[in-house]
Amino acid sequence: MSEDILKLSPLQLDALREIGNVGAGNAATALSQLINQKIDMTVPEVSILPLGEVPEVVGGPDAMVAGVYLRVFGPAPGSILFLLPRESAFYLVDMLMGRTQGETQLLNSMDESALMEIGNILAGAYLNALSHFTKLTLLPSIPALAIDMAGAILSVILIQIGQMGDHALVIETEFTTDNDGVKGHFFLIPDPGSLNTILTAIGVKE
Amino acid sequence: MAELIKVGMADYKVGRNPDSLISYGLGSCVGIALFDPITKVGGLAHIMLPDSTQARSADNPAKFADTALPLMLSEIIKMGAVRSRITAKIAGGAQMFTFTNTTDIMRVGERNAEAVRLILKKLEIRLVAEDTGGNYGRTVELKLDTGIFRVKTIDKGEKEL
Repeated sequence: MSEDILKLSPLQLDALREIGNVGAGNAATALSQLINQKIDMTVPEVSILPLGEVPEVVGGPDAMVAGVYLRVFGPAPGSILFLLPRESAFYLVDMLMGRTQGETQLLNSMDESALMEIGNILAGAYLNALSHFTKLTLLPSIPALAIDMAGAILSVILIQIGQMGDHALVIETEFTTDNDGVKGHFFLIPDPGSLNTILTAIGVKE
Repeated sequence: MAELIKVGMADYKVGRNPDSLISYGLGSCVGIALFDPITKVGGLAHIMLPDSTQARSADNPAKFADTALPLMLSEIIKMGAVRSRITAKIAGGAQMFTFTNTTDIMRVGERNAEAVRLILKKLEIRLVAEDTGGNYGRTVELKLDTGIFRVKTIDKGEKEL
């Protein structure tokens, strides 16, 4: 049943792209206000990928990244992942903690809390837009943070999806600050059972 | 002419001396290396889930510990490995994120490692070394010239099993 995602029509894919657009747009605005810098955002990519290929989206399974992960609760459960290269995470922490750029080389527990809080704010903004758009009440869990290989971090989400099928539907948006100091990815990965609920809510369920 | 053969998530590959088998970025997944020290034939699996019978779809057998292992085992035996000599080394099964109320799905790493040990026992393959658990990712490499299983992490160092 999860392999329904292989049969999505172009209209449905467009609708999912729009979901990524409103969600990530709202989150990017929140980030921009937090760090007081302009943020550029790509048009969201909606990809249906074999599970093993998902880490390639962020530079391969051994790319070193910081990931803030939240579960989405409500009628359309799923996962939100805010993934950024480790250097970008350090840059963000420098900025938030009022340090000189390049000072942070290792995160203390305060820095980690700050990153999780950023993840929390961004996920909240993303889900707010999504809830508004779909009229579904979606709530984020508390955030969890890991700084590690992209494959290892993504495995947490991919394993959940792997119980239902061999492909993941990934709604992904890339964003960068003007000076390239911070770049990262927002991922919305609906649980396999949630796709129908989302498509019905936005009126493109055939 | 030694080749470095990549093993993706939910996949397995086999090879022989002087090749190496590598799998990048294992988190809660488990890497299982099988090796026959005489013929120097071996295989590396990157499994995601413990058990194909509990899953709703079982189209890719390499995803599950209980289906990937017998398949890989029979392939390396076909390549000349002798069953009684084959030993296993495993790594992975981490818990990448910690939530206060850890649900079952969060402990999947632990369950994966446990399932792999059980299946190896059932198949009567000796588990000679393991590096499992923790909250960090691992890259694993099986060197088929020596049978050394190298486990690399980001800041927990490197180990040879």
